[in-house]
Amino acid sequence: MNIHEYQAKEILRSHGVNIPPGKVATTPTEAEAIAKEYGVAVMVKAQVHVGGRGKAGGVKFCKTPAEAKEKAAAILGMDIKGLTVEKVLVTVAEDIGSEAYVGIIVDRATKKPVFMVSAAGGIDIEQVAAETPEKILYVPVDVRYGLPAYDAMRMGFFLYQDVKQARAAATIMQQLYAAFMASGCSLAEINPLVVTPKGVLVAVDGKMVIDDNELDRLPAIAAMRDESSEAPSEVEARNANLTFIKLDGNVGCVVNGAGLAMATMDLVKYYGGEPANFLDIGGSSNPEKVVAALRIITADPSVKAILFNIFGGITRTDDVANGIVTATKSNPLKVPLVIRLTGTNEAEAMKILKANGFSASNDMDEAVQQAVALAKGGKAA
Amino acid sequence: MSIFIDKNTKLIIQGITGRDGSFHAKQMMEYGTQVVAGVTPGKGGQKFEGKVPIFNTMVDAVQATGANASVIYVPPAYAADAIMEAAASGVAFVVCITEGVPVLDMTKVHPFVKERGVRLLGPNCPGLISPGESKVGIIPGGICTPGPVGVVSRSGTLTYEVVDKLTRAGIGQTTCVGIGGDPINGTNFIDCLEAFEKDPKTKAVAMMGEIGGTDEQEAAAFVKKHMKKPVVGFIAGQTAPPGRRMGHAGAIISGSSGTAAEKIEAFEAAGMGVAKRPKDFVELIKARLK
Repeated sequence: MNIHEYQAKEILRSHGVNIPPGKVATTPTEAEAIAKEYGVAVMVKAQVHVGGRGKAGGVKFCKTPAEAKEKAAAILGMDIKGLTVEKVLVTVAEDIGSEAYVGIIVDRATKKPVFMVSAAGGIDIEQVAAETPEKILYVPVDVRYGLPAYDAMRMGFFLYQDVKQARAAATIMQQLYAAFMASGCSLAEINPLVVTPKGVLVAVDGKMVIDDNELDRLPAIAAMRDESSEAPSEVEARNANLTFIKLDGNVGCVVNGAGLAMATMDLVKYYGGEPANFLDIGGSSNPEKVVAALRIITADPSVKAILFNIFGGITRTDDVANGIVTATKSNPLKVPLVIRLTGTNEAEAMKILKANGFSASNDMDEAVQQAVALAKGGKAA
Repeated sequence: MSIFIDKNTKLIIQGITGRDGSFHAKQMMEYGTQVVAGVTPGKGGQKFEGKVPIFNTMVDAVQATGANASVIYVPPAYAADAIMEAAASGVAFVVCITEGVPVLDMTKVHPFVKERGVRLLGPNCPGLISPGESKVGIIPGGICTPGPVGVVSRSGTLTYEVVDKLTRAGIGQTTCVGIGGDPINGTNFIDCLEAFEKDPKTKAVAMMGEIGGTDEQEAAAFVKKHMKKPVVGFIAGQTAPPGRRMGHAGAIISGSSGTAAEKIEAFEAAGMGVAKRPKDFVELIKARLK
């Protein structure tokens, strides 16, 4: 789960990280009032779950409250990479001496959280990693012992010559690590970590990505989810315990299992079609899930044909068949449906479908080709 | 022959009285797996299906039965502890089926298991099956048949799809292993490839990867350097957009790394066969068994 910059900063602040004062505004007038309250120059920053906000014009420096109002008016409602800006963060603008990058990710290779720090901050760390890898220090952490003080200091000295600044940075490493572990993060970063002309370290931007598997045991973090910043169909799918990702094509896909769902999308493409979505109904055989899946897919006007691809292992194909019958009875389909079922209770599933006027195949390639042809307006092969 | 499990595997089921645990316990017993014990805290002394003794702890179960493997069907919040309990109990092989285990839990579990020399498979995996000998996990026994092909995959149902096609074409399997779709797991592709290379019965390997991470690229490098047996690979997620988690926590393209194109290129560079569709495995494997 992604959280907004202002939420990540609240978490970091609660762990002691020095963050410039800031508040969220949803209207230009609110932004003006916040700027007035601070009485100094502010930054107005779009709160959306994408990178490159600055380049898109979603981050502006404002000298006066009037300017904050004007810039907030421009940013609110702005479209950044397909997402509409609903909130801005109004935060005290810091004088910048130098900028560093500090981040932690869960690294698949070492199977540990790994710090990445670089004095080349403020820009895309992937670019630094690709072009000048020697400018990044990687420090893996054994979570059983936590971040040892010597490793924190090593990172401090990697970033700063000045001992005071290195020590201050080491403290921030410990605070960031504590926030990372306590919030169930898969990524946490401060970029840039700024040293002001007076020599004070301050975290000017913060980002956190939360492991979805942590949300059940971290209700305070789970409550930070901002559904207004997600596609409505994806919100509905999550509430129905489905994994759904909207894509640009016209063949709606309902599949059980993530790997098979991806392979089905790929096969749609292979046979000349375009998948409209990724949708995994998971391992259970609850007919309700099938009903929800069909509701979500049929709500998308670009879908011209729907393809079911079910390989019954734990999933009972007769349950899926019953779900299809229930869903289409209460809400008749306006687009053609192609069903591929095989595995557990396949014979019963075929019987149920046949009795209700559906035909089904047990061959994946055949079903995909048929769905692609129907989506193009052609006849079934 | 087979890898990791065979007819001598003596299995404990952790969470045997739960909904999933009890269902799959019966399936494994029907398949012929030696299920020697179950563990459910508080139900020690009872019997599952009137025959399998239940214990409160793994240590009790191992001491009483001499089991050498365990499989875990407990809810995600307890899975990390169940893995550590199993690893500390004396079994050599632990399979965790549970989906949704927090990845930070796994950063703790991984060194714990490794330091004890225990092999972990999963979490979030379908387990494995050595057709005709033993099955541990949830792979449907009916789609498998004994034969010369080793199968290893990051996915569940996609594995079934390919195994089913192989079986229908008359091509059997030594062992089918699902390593799971999480970013941090125990046994990886290389562990399985190494075991298949050593297994005298395995003559070719089918490998199904996904977008995300670099495990497939490393596996390809291993194939090139250390394997004499032919390997055919497939990557799911060629049409996946970057930055989105495609169901599996590990199936995500970050920036420009972890793409299907990059992985397929690594397969080709290693001289592996590349299946463009799941059904292509049949012909590619057939040609390599001749």
